[in-house]
Amino acid sequence: MTWSEMQPLLEQACTETLVMVGWSTLIAVVGGLPLGILLVLTDKGGLLQNTVVNKVIGQIVNIGRSLPFIILMVALMNFTRWVTGTTIGSEAAIVPLAIGGIPFFARLVETAVREVDDGLVEAVQAMGGNTWTIVRKVLVPEALPSLIASTTTTVIALIGYSAMAGTVGGGGLGDLAVRYGYQRFETGLMWITVAILAVVISLIQFAGDFAARSLHRRGARSGPGPKLRLLKGEEPAPAEVGKVA
Amino acid sequence: MITTSGLTKVYRSRGREVTALDGVDLHVREGEVYGVIGQSGAGKSSLIRCVNLLERPTSGTVTVAGQDLTALAGRGPRAGRELRQARSRIGMVFQHFNLLSSRTVQDNVELPLEILGKSGKERSRKALELLDLVGLADKAKAYPAQLSGGQKQRVGIARALAGDPKVLLSDEATSALDPETTRSILQLLRDLNRQLGLTVLLITHEMDVVKSICDSAALMENGRIVESGTVTDLLATPGSELAAALFPVGGEASGDDRTVVDVTFQGESATQPVISQLSRTYNIDISILGAAIDTVGGLQVGRMRIELPGRYEDNVVPIGFLREQGLQIDVVDHDEPALVKEGAK
Repeated sequence: MTWSEMQPLLEQACTETLVMVGWSTLIAVVGGLPLGILLVLTDKGGLLQNTVVNKVIGQIVNIGRSLPFIILMVALMNFTRWVTGTTIGSEAAIVPLAIGGIPFFARLVETAVREVDDGLVEAVQAMGGNTWTIVRKVLVPEALPSLIASTTTTVIALIGYSAMAGTVGGGGLGDLAVRYGYQRFETGLMWITVAILAVVISLIQFAGDFAARSLHRRGARSGPGPKLRLLKGEEPAPAEVGKVA
Repeated sequence: MITTSGLTKVYRSRGREVTALDGVDLHVREGEVYGVIGQSGAGKSSLIRCVNLLERPTSGTVTVAGQDLTALAGRGPRAGRELRQARSRIGMVFQHFNLLSSRTVQDNVELPLEILGKSGKERSRKALELLDLVGLADKAKAYPAQLSGGQKQRVGIARALAGDPKVLLSDEATSALDPETTRSILQLLRDLNRQLGLTVLLITHEMDVVKSICDSAALMENGRIVESGTVTDLLATPGSELAAALFPVGGEASGDDRTVVDVTFQGESATQPVISQLSRTYNIDISILGAAIDTVGGLQVGRMRIELPGRYEDNVVPIGFLREQGLQIDVVDHDEPALVKEGAK
């Protein structure tokens, strides 16, 4: 197989993967974020403590998380047909991918939001803030670095799932690798797909880490690293400035 | 300004009951700094959290600025609109500052104003004004992580003042700070109390806090208030545990046939040369075991531990003389009713 033969195949496969992963990530985030937050709020001692709601959401999330994706995909076929009109192709693959991604992301959100210091919630309650204010101004912004990291993890998991979706007609890079690399012994093409996937995943991980870290570091002493600081001498201890006149 | 009556808080978990507050009656007058002191586990935190109903009291009432907050609470765990409005008029500062790390200093101070629905311009004007008041005008654009502990607490105080509260609750505000920073934060609270007529209710486990800024104090033990009153009154109360803790003097008797007496001077009596009068009048030798003069609640107070020769029975007359001079006398290790309690411990 020559490069000119491979190029259009690769281009198409990349687009398909992008479409599948892009849309399903978006839906997973939009659906998983409120679910994850609700899991925290309705938990025992939470702001909206509600055992029934908590148990129900928790159970749904658990089932969604533990079901092997390939089975979820098959099980959802009727639903997929009802939504998209077909069970074949990238668009059809978005449905099981998104539905698999929602509980995945929701659990990560739950963990991230739980990390937010209760004291901050208490402080905003003491100011007279309601639950919605607390979610908007405390829980989400304070958990943002972790939420970004969670999104990265979700995107990468969905790329993995999308390869599976590919084998049942979803298209994309995984599908290409299986059809050409495995079934037609086009080892060259397979390795190129593997390389593309590896690069894409590394880039996503890097971008995600960078975004999370730069948000997390916000406010933490930035500027010269340890070496430069030594040259400039020890930083003076932060002084108590100003008093009421 | 703040009144609690019969305040009780019982925590239930796994069938076990823990009584954190056991019928607390507290009365904080307008414009004073009131300190509640006690060891950890005494119920101080529950008490201050019950004042703005962050904790729902099991029974009893809380009235702040004439408004019965317990009546606003409703049944569920969520705070209704009225309670939230009432809370916005009560400022609160915390031991660990509780500033949002994702917001700048200015945005942290603006947060309560956002909740109150103020316009952007009004918010930033007010926030800058408050930052100026706490001496942090130049840090408006900094993030909390860039500040020292004392600066963070100043931001916390500015934030607490954003809603123009009449009442400030301080939950161990200085407990995470070093002694010098503690002093400057207490000074700030004192200044705000004077300048803005702010009523301050603070809880602490540090006697120094009560000593340096409180007009009144209460001692909490096992969910109950065991002693309370203005600092002046407490110091004048024989056998007061709080007074003794506020103003300890050391020194042991040098022999069995000695009488050790704690003498407390306040105001007028502090200027009288009582000890030399005592010595001259009764022709006795007095040794001073320990003495200190300090400012407690803005008041000059002196306390001295002296030793008289002879047993208590031999010294009834000189002690009577000291009492006549308007001094407060506590005989140490003698079976006076007030001290039986101490001996029992």
